[in-house]
Amino acid sequence: MYDTSDIRKGLKIMLDGAPYTVIEFQFVKPGKGAAFTRTKMKNLLSGGVIERNLRSGDKLEPANVETKTMQYLYKEAESFVFMDTTSYDQVSIPDATIGDSKDFMPENINVEVLFFNDRAVGVTLPNFIEQAITETEPGFKGDTSTGASKPAKIGTGAQINVPLFINVGDVVKIDTRTGEYLERLSRA
Amino acid sequence: VDERERLARRRAALEARARIVRAARAWFEAEGFLEVETPARVRAPGQEIHLDAVPAGPGGDGSARWLVTSPEYHMKRLLGAGFERIVQIGKAWRAGEVGPHHQPEFLIAEWYRAGAPLSTIADDCETLVQIAARVGGGAPPTLDLQGRFDRTTVRELVRLHAGFELEGDETVQALAAKATAAGVDVSGRAAWDDVFFQVWLDRVEPQLGQGRPTFVFDWPAPLGALARRRTDDPRLVERFELYANGLELANAFGELTDADEQRARFEAESVTRARLGKAVYDIDEQLLAALPHLTPTSGVALGVDRLVMLVLGLRDIREVVAFTDDEV
Repeated sequence: MYDTSDIRKGLKIMLDGAPYTVIEFQFVKPGKGAAFTRTKMKNLLSGGVIERNLRSGDKLEPANVETKTMQYLYKEAESFVFMDTTSYDQVSIPDATIGDSKDFMPENINVEVLFFNDRAVGVTLPNFIEQAITETEPGFKGDTSTGASKPAKIGTGAQINVPLFINVGDVVKIDTRTGEYLERLSRA
Repeated sequence: VDERERLARRRAALEARARIVRAARAWFEAEGFLEVETPARVRAPGQEIHLDAVPAGPGGDGSARWLVTSPEYHMKRLLGAGFERIVQIGKAWRAGEVGPHHQPEFLIAEWYRAGAPLSTIADDCETLVQIAARVGGGAPPTLDLQGRFDRTTVRELVRLHAGFELEGDETVQALAAKATAAGVDVSGRAAWDDVFFQVWLDRVEPQLGQGRPTFVFDWPAPLGALARRRTDDPRLVERFELYANGLELANAFGELTDADEQRARFEAESVTRARLGKAVYDIDEQLLAALPHLTPTSGVALGVDRLVMLVLGLRDIREVVAFTDDEV
């Protein structure tokens, strides 16, 4: 068991049956009362953020979670297959767990897979990926002005918005957290 | 970070801090206060359940000494001897308190006015915050100091933000039931003050004094410490806390002068401290002997480091001291 003096950023604990990670904490001592730790925590399954005020001495159950770096290999009917980059073990993770992460998860990319009680419960993509454009309206030569954009498809099949000057075959950098186009890395 | 660089970065705040302390001293002198210095190493460092004193070796008589958690007891002994307006701006120490608003060693301004009501002390605090803002270089845009500060009560705040009626004399079970019905999770909270502060932290405090300093008056009697009960409602004590921008700036009491009630509270606190496995300090018999000689007196302790943080708009107490506890 942990107690409040163990609270650090990144500490993984169980709360109401779900694993949480501490994202912020502050020692407080209200109005001559006991010491409390104002704690902001993120639910590792839902991503929801909650605040709890824990009294000093409160016990916290450690969450049995770990992250492993794994390479995404290929898609199966209703799951995605990954390989542990150190042990070479393979695991299948159902579509529902991967969710929208699939949009920015090209084959062979390394991702962080979160395991809770030895079951894969989520993946974290690198913040940025590079992808070639597979489909878009022809580019307008010379139009490098900002603002105007058009839809484009990338190698994973996902659709993003790109500036008008982008052509099929261009390689672009994308922020996986927002799905936004950032810059063109090379031309077709 | 290199120490020279760190200290150079803190220099502006340290200069403002020096101006604020100097201006505060000048104001106290102009108001007719006598600045006093009471011992830092004492036998009775403050009995409150949630304050832990730093041990300071044996005294000349071999008895255990502790660093003061506030200079309150000795200052009241001066009040009992007829000193009427006294102030002390000095260090106090509280073991284990480290955070953005806490350092184990901090600067406290503590003052007392014999014969004055608690509202006069609130006026003093208002004046000092305004002086500090002026000499500190002007209040930050996030702090509105125009006119009088807001004044409210604990009951009003609990009603407004937690949605229930706080009496002040309900049992801990009754208080926990009201808190639970209001949606506050108080499981694991067995003491009256722990239930109260769970509600306070979850619901009230985040809403308090944002942008404008706010005095919170009329605390429930179980949180009375050294405050006297209100004669018109003994479930409440004459106490205020001053909050501003998330900082708890000052705590004031209409001072309890009934030595019997004070002794009973000290003894109850000693029992609780022993039960919690905390150090039990001597009861200050000279303080109890002095209390009956006090005229109705009001007093306050104000955290000077936090005052500097407030008027400079700084978020971390480390930014207003030259050396923090871990930089010693």
